[in-house]
Amino acid sequence: MNKYTVINPHEPFRVINTHVHNVDGWAKITGRATYTFDVKLPGMLYGKILRSPHPHANIKGIDASKALELDGVKAVVTGKDTLGVKQGIWRRYKDLCDEQILPVDKVRYIGEPVAAVAAITEEIAEKALDLIEVDYEVLPAVFEPLDAIKKGAPEIHDGFERNISVTRHIEWGEVEEGFEESEYIREDWFRCGGQAHMCMETRCAVSSYTPDKKLTIYSSNQSPYYMQGLMAGVLGMREGDIRVLSPYVGGGFGGKFELDGAIFCSAILSMKLYKPVKIVYTREEDFIASKRRTPMFYYTRTGVKKDGTFCAREAKVFTNGGAYTGMGATALYLTGFFHSFPYIWKGYRYDGYRVYTNTLPSTSMRGFGAPQAMWCSEQQIEWIAADLGLDPIEMRRKNSHKEGTILPGQATIASCGIDLCYDEITKWIKSKGKLPANRSIGISACGFMSGGIFNWFDSPYSFSSAVVTINQDGTVELHVGAQDIGQGSNTTMAIICAETLGVKVEDIKVHSGDTDNCPPDLGAWGSRQTLMSGNAVKMASENAKKQLLEFAYAQSGLNIVYDLDIKDRWVHAIARPERGEDFVQLVRKALRGKDGQKIVGRGYYTPHRKGMISPAYSYMLQGVEVEVDEETGKISLIDSMTAHDCGQPINHLGLIGQLEGAFSMAAGYGYLEYMPYEDGKLMNPNLVDYKMIRAPEMPPANIAEIDTYEPEGPYGAKEAGEGLTNPTAAAIGNALFHRFGIQMKECPVRPEMVVNALREKKEKEHAEKK
Amino acid sequence: MEKQLVRLNVNEQDYDIYINPKTLLVEAIRDYIELTGTKRGCDTVSCGACTVIVDGMAVKGCSVLAIQAEGARILTSEGLEKNGKLHAIQKAFLDEGAFQCGFCTSGMLMSSVAFLNESKNPTEKEIRDGIEGNICRCTGYNSIVRAIDSVAKGKYTEDKA
Repeated sequence: MNKYTVINPHEPFRVINTHVHNVDGWAKITGRATYTFDVKLPGMLYGKILRSPHPHANIKGIDASKALELDGVKAVVTGKDTLGVKQGIWRRYKDLCDEQILPVDKVRYIGEPVAAVAAITEEIAEKALDLIEVDYEVLPAVFEPLDAIKKGAPEIHDGFERNISVTRHIEWGEVEEGFEESEYIREDWFRCGGQAHMCMETRCAVSSYTPDKKLTIYSSNQSPYYMQGLMAGVLGMREGDIRVLSPYVGGGFGGKFELDGAIFCSAILSMKLYKPVKIVYTREEDFIASKRRTPMFYYTRTGVKKDGTFCAREAKVFTNGGAYTGMGATALYLTGFFHSFPYIWKGYRYDGYRVYTNTLPSTSMRGFGAPQAMWCSEQQIEWIAADLGLDPIEMRRKNSHKEGTILPGQATIASCGIDLCYDEITKWIKSKGKLPANRSIGISACGFMSGGIFNWFDSPYSFSSAVVTINQDGTVELHVGAQDIGQGSNTTMAIICAETLGVKVEDIKVHSGDTDNCPPDLGAWGSRQTLMSGNAVKMASENAKKQLLEFAYAQSGLNIVYDLDIKDRWVHAIARPERGEDFVQLVRKALRGKDGQKIVGRGYYTPHRKGMISPAYSYMLQGVEVEVDEETGKISLIDSMTAHDCGQPINHLGLIGQLEGAFSMAAGYGYLEYMPYEDGKLMNPNLVDYKMIRAPEMPPANIAEIDTYEPEGPYGAKEAGEGLTNPTAAAIGNALFHRFGIQMKECPVRPEMVVNALREKKEKEHAEKK
Repeated sequence: MEKQLVRLNVNEQDYDIYINPKTLLVEAIRDYIELTGTKRGCDTVSCGACTVIVDGMAVKGCSVLAIQAEGARILTSEGLEKNGKLHAIQKAFLDEGAFQCGFCTSGMLMSSVAFLNESKNPTEKEIRDGIEGNICRCTGYNSIVRAIDSVAKGKYTEDKA
């Protein structure tokens, strides 16, 4: 499906949006891809982490003497062996740097690292943990944000009144006037659950400190550059003395760009012993101590006219921040911003409060606050349409963003295909005909960013960088700081490079995941790499190509009004494509012309004057067909369709995979992936009890691509694959609403909630009849 | 427990390893034979990342002891490709993009191969049930189902000849 709202000036493409195999595919399907999990260095020791059994306690003392006596144990470290630096990824703001990964005097959640052991085997290290004696003074604890903000609640961090760690206010337009003009106002409270990232590769790292005072770290992460910078900060080292290697990464989903216990403790142990130390989290450790999607309490009040015109909205949100801030500060902002999406409001106001509790810290996860925002917004909008007797699709359509929409002080929408998304989903719903009695369809709209314009990390470098080097045989080395965590960025970058240079994907070798050899880049988060790293790669490739073509122009004698180009390794005059020469011949001439120096192209990208949030936004509308067993409350997903505007698709196979994968994670958030806590303890930290979508539960995830042209993106591209984590929970909720008239205000929707809601509804109807 | 010498046949090669009898098959393959394509993703026999084929059957390598596999023919993801020639399921995974981070892929491939060996004309539901024991957090499974289906439908038969 190709419907351009603007003609793409770069067409026709030779490589972009064609069927290109993943460039890492060979390694991954033959078992040869070496992940951090697989790294084994000579003389390597194995580390294990002792974790707090208490949600809140002072550490009075730690006695490791018995552990150290155990044969095979090489070292035990505690907070006292560290510099005690309070770190956080928002390192520009000291207040938000609040986490010592090995705390010196206090633990704030169950599972927090307290000590770490290195031994010659993992088994011995584990035995040694039992021999470490920790003297705790247990403190009163608080687990829910609405309790933690009460007067007299236990103080989790010194100096944070009512445990509020971050507040965020967003406002534009005329909010009061908008509500005054409203003919119908609805307010609702919602509760949004957490969610485990559940990367298949648990957090792991291998650190190797050598006598020349250099530290090499293999780590499963989303941003090697962030890891390098953060580790330099906590270790008191220079960034340049730390090398971070992130070979293949077994998933990230927003959970692997903060420092974790594996990286930090392995480094501290290695620095003490001058030996490589490897730490791999067990699945249980990964569940209880590697952060999670931020649970939120949402209050939202929306005013509309009777014809369905949106007037004003205000929202108040309290998030369960857990023990530390980390990336949660960004999620707090983005949930507020995307709660307005994808609609135009006369006035919009948001106040968010991130609240410390004695639970696992919460952070970014795929969707970055937007799945919570849409769970609340898209259900409330559906209910408003029902309250007013309006068509929910047409009501959404008339209020949606368009090309040129301005969100005052926040963003300007340069490309927006959502209008066509409404057409596609309407068509799909019609095509389904009459559904069986136990099935219904729910819809949900949203939009998402293409990378954040935030520099809370305080990087002095460009947001993205790339270097293109052309070898004498026409092969190309592409060095990027972008990190491939499975989303396929290596392939996307290779496609952009090949398209720009005019060569084939197989001519390009992508180098990533190595801070010594790749240029800095903020890494894989907030859907930033296709646009930002892609722009850097395009610029680097254009730069190299220009240098090459200078030699071609010099020998061609072509009239200055004619241009040369390279396509499919053929250097030619655009007006006379048959006249030209082979790419490799030109490369060799250029080499001679440069006195033997390879052609090197550099590219970089930092967004400027693109608002507060992101340079570009994707849009989507999703329909989900849901079946419900009324007796058991069991939900099954039968079918789905997403109309999706990601600008110009670059990596065809990667795009389909990302959208299908996002659906499965989003659906899991909607009805399966529940994280129950009791007194600060996660009750299901394993894959038997934590339910996720498996193959039999996954419905078709059909995609209708709405191609627009995004002027800020490389070849017109923008975000894909993260935004689609946002709509599904609400779409499921809306399907339940249409089928039964029940309003689900908490996600994930568990069977007992459906059963209870149905019973309450029946009781209410029964009472009314009387 | 006293260590013992165990002979395992992995990918048509005998390996003699000296292990504690309680060593799991996945540990023997990864840590002693050093074929690290087979992964581990949980401690509860739930994720399938460690799936290998033992005498034609898909087995989770964390659910059996290495000594129990003595005398059996064990196949891992490293043994699928022969002299640079990919197995049909590997080609299908490439064509369908049936992997992303790749961490579940080895186990998923082995479950797929075992399933295809037993099911000649599977329905989509049968394919889905066939890989129910393998978790993939990235793809949402549909591309994997398409890959298995295309092999079952004979798309890659010419490669087998």
